[in-house]
Amino acid sequence: MSVLLEVKNIETYYDLIYAVRGVSLSVEEGGITTVLGNNGAGKSTILKTIMGLIDDQPDKGTIEFDGKRIDGKETEDIVRMGIAYVPEGREVFNELTVQENLLMGAHTRKDRSALKHDFEKIYSYFPILADRVNQWAGTLSGGEQQMLAIGRALMSRPRLLILDEPSLGLSPLLVKEIFEIIKIIRNQGVTILLVEQNARKALGISDFGLILENGRFVMAGPCCQLLEDQDVKEFYLGFKAQESAKGYQRWKRKKRWR
Amino acid sequence: MTDLLQTLLNGVAVGSGYALMGIAMVIIYKTSEVVNFAQGEMALVSVFFTYMILHTYGVPFFYAFPLAALFAVFVGCVLEFTILRRAKEQNVLGMIIVTIGLEMVLIGLVSWKFGAEQKVMPFPISTYDTLMIGNLFATTLEALTFAIVWVIMLGLFLFFRFSRLGLAMKATQQNKVAARLMGIRTNRVLMFTWGISSLVGCVAGILIAPKSMEPFMMWDPMLKGFSGAVVGGMTSIPGAVFGAYLVGIVENLFGQYAYMEFKSAVAFAIIVIVLCVKPSGIFARHYVKKV
Repeated sequence: MSVLLEVKNIETYYDLIYAVRGVSLSVEEGGITTVLGNNGAGKSTILKTIMGLIDDQPDKGTIEFDGKRIDGKETEDIVRMGIAYVPEGREVFNELTVQENLLMGAHTRKDRSALKHDFEKIYSYFPILADRVNQWAGTLSGGEQQMLAIGRALMSRPRLLILDEPSLGLSPLLVKEIFEIIKIIRNQGVTILLVEQNARKALGISDFGLILENGRFVMAGPCCQLLEDQDVKEFYLGFKAQESAKGYQRWKRKKRWR
Repeated sequence: MTDLLQTLLNGVAVGSGYALMGIAMVIIYKTSEVVNFAQGEMALVSVFFTYMILHTYGVPFFYAFPLAALFAVFVGCVLEFTILRRAKEQNVLGMIIVTIGLEMVLIGLVSWKFGAEQKVMPFPISTYDTLMIGNLFATTLEALTFAIVWVIMLGLFLFFRFSRLGLAMKATQQNKVAARLMGIRTNRVLMFTWGISSLVGCVAGILIAPKSMEPFMMWDPMLKGFSGAVVGGMTSIPGAVFGAYLVGIVENLFGQYAYMEFKSAVAFAIIVIVLCVKPSGIFARHYVKKV
């Protein structure tokens, strides 16, 4: 498998705040790569840096998509190269209808005739959107908006789909549904880079996982390996280490990989 | 009775001029949420350009008006590109101040180049041509303005509803970051917005110019158009048109039956009343954000 997205040693600042401290990752074509990390670790910042949404960043390092440098390019151009990004918190166009939102997703496409087929595909993934075609996106529920945001991103027929916390604020049942769809999308040949808080769910569907803390990756490996790891189990999956017979732990496990 | 109807008709007639300015302001507000106080003076520049090519260079009307339209689009795009885009911290208040400054610069440029005295705009229709409708009369120019307002309104309505660029403009206004993520070149969209808006303003200016033409001619229509747009909700083009009619009619009724001196002030009284009763404007159809 070839590497689709290659991030090398990027460092990102928000003014004086050093948010991403030299991060490298590579996304294999055709797989799902997950970045895990707790709040404020810098997950979203990495994605925003990749998409060129933070002005004049990355400060250092390079980002390559399909062998071409994309760091320092305009967001619009990066999108046109075949990356779609579903931002955290959905960011749908509130006062456009569902149909218009999807149409906006296909803004960069030239083949207008194939659009109808794509609309139908999206509506088959998310049947609820089909019932809401002419409703303003702002009036949808959070889960529906998330589906719409994913559908909108897919309308550009991306090679790489970047999802920033798709499970944010959704009920467990909806989360399950969304993750099923993510698997289907992967099986259609779209590479996925996923950022999640929901570690168990995310590792469950991914091929490769990375764990981010305080702007650095502290661990990386195939998901099956991560799922078995002692630290990951305790910090992210909620397993408890067995207590000693006397009722207290003999030694304290380190809390962070700092 | 005829008197009253005639006053109403005059109100609509004068309101049509305001409506064009209102539309122009709404177009910019719709995409960038900037209230463009330089709108009138952008139109002024285009009007004086038209005057220059008609009067000084003797270009026939048939070529002069399309040329003026092109020039207006050009002025709008250039101003957006060179001045508004350069504003570093783009908060709305700062942008409004920039447009006010721009307005003063433009008015100064025009007075410097052409002088402040009244001019006569060559125009294919004389301002003394009148049409009789029953026993009411209106000038042909007024009728033309009225028709043009509806054509532009309909055209823009169709444009925003059905064209891809129109949709992209709406998307840009609602969520600029998301629009960029869709691959919409938001900078170009904004530039184009200023172009169209300047064009509509230019049409307004050219239609107002035969009646009175001097560097301050657009000030009053712009403010009245703005009040019309505010009454109509600032984001709705039909709203701006009906708001402008309302301003024109109330102003004329007030002038006719109450005090002529305070005629112009009424427009602003209307804004205050509307903002008290329904702050979002009469025609605004804004989605209310869920918390």
